[in-house]
Amino acid sequence: MNERDDFDARLKRARQRRGLDKGDGDAAQGGPSGLPGGALRIGMRAGIEVVSALIAGGGIGWFLDRWLGSFPWLFLVFFLVGGAAGVLNVYRLFNPRRGAQG
Amino acid sequence: MAAEGKTIDALSQFELTHAFGPIGAAVNFTQSNAHMLAACVVVVLIMAMGMAPRAVVPGRFQALAETFYEFVENLVTGQVGHEGKRYFPFVFALFMFVLFGNVIGLLPYAFTYTSHIAVTFGLAFLVFLVTTVVAIALHGKKFLGYFFPEGAPLWLAPIIVPVEVVSYLSRPISLSVRLFANMVAGHVLLKVFATFVVLLGGLGIVGPFIATLPLAVNVLLVGFEFLVAFLQAYVFAILTSIYLHDAVHLH
Repeated sequence: MNERDDFDARLKRARQRRGLDKGDGDAAQGGPSGLPGGALRIGMRAGIEVVSALIAGGGIGWFLDRWLGSFPWLFLVFFLVGGAAGVLNVYRLFNPRRGAQG
Repeated sequence: MAAEGKTIDALSQFELTHAFGPIGAAVNFTQSNAHMLAACVVVVLIMAMGMAPRAVVPGRFQALAETFYEFVENLVTGQVGHEGKRYFPFVFALFMFVLFGNVIGLLPYAFTYTSHIAVTFGLAFLVFLVTTVVAIALHGKKFLGYFFPEGAPLWLAPIIVPVEVVSYLSRPISLSVRLFANMVAGHVLLKVFATFVVLLGGLGIVGPFIATLPLAVNVLLVGFEFLVAFLQAYVFAILTSIYLHDAVHLH
C-alpha cells in the first residue's frame, strides 16, 4: 500500500505542477517535470540535459559543415546554439513552459 | 573471469556474443537479442496469465498484472490528461520492455540490453518520432509555432528558433543517455566491487575478512540497482508521457 500512496502523492504533485489541480503550492519537493526529487538526481538530470543539447547542437553543425564544406564555422555556431539550448533545457526543468495556447 | 590476471575488467560484460550457437552466429543473433526476446516472453506471460482468470478478487498474477496496468494508466492520464488514453498501449509497451530489460539484466549471468546506447537510442528515437507525428497530425502547421513562443519580438526569431529546435532535438539524446548511463554505471560498479572481493580474498589469512567489506557494498548495491532499474523505467515512461503531453497540448 505504501508504494501506491507514494505514487498518489507524486501524481498529485505532478497534477499540481501541470495546473490540472489547484492545490497549495507544495510543488518544490519533487522535480518540477515529474521526476522524483533529490538534489543529486536533479543535478544529474540537469547535467544530462546540457550535455545532450551540446551533442545535438554540435552534431547538427558538424553534419551541416560536412554537407556544405565549411568545416569549423557552422560547427562552432551550432555548438553555441547547443549550449544555449542546454541552458534552456535546464530552465525548463525548473519552469515547465505554459503555453500561450491551451 | 574478471580477476584473472589481477586486473579489473568491468567493461567486458557489455560485449556482444552470439547466442544459440552456430544458428545464432549465422544470422548475427546476439545474447542481447535473446534477452529482449526473453523479456517480451516474460511480459506477455505475466499479462496473459494475469488476465486469464478475470476474477473480481484478483489472485497473485492478476494483482501483478493489474498493478502494472494501473501504474502506467495513472501515469499516462495524469500527465497527458484524458485524451492520453489513446497513447497508453505505446507507453505501456515501452515501460514494460525497459523495466524487464533492467530487471532481467540484474540476474546473474544475464545481459542488460538497456546498457547499450544503440538500444536506448532506438527506443528514444521511436518516442521522438511518435510524439512529432502525433503533434503534426493533431496540429498541422500550428506545430511550427512550438518553436517560436507567441508574443516574442520577431527580430529575435533567428536566435530563438535554432535554440528551440536544438532543444527539441536534444530530447531523444537525453532520454537515451539517461537510461544507458544509469545502467552502465550500475553494472560497472557491481563488477568493480565484485572484483575487489575476489582480489582481496586472495590476500592470505586476513584476505577473507577484508573482502567482506566490498561484499557488503555489493549487497547494498544490488538493492540500489533494483531501485534504479524500476526508477529508470518509470523515468523513461514519464518523460515519454510529458513529451506526449507537449505534443497533444502543444506547449
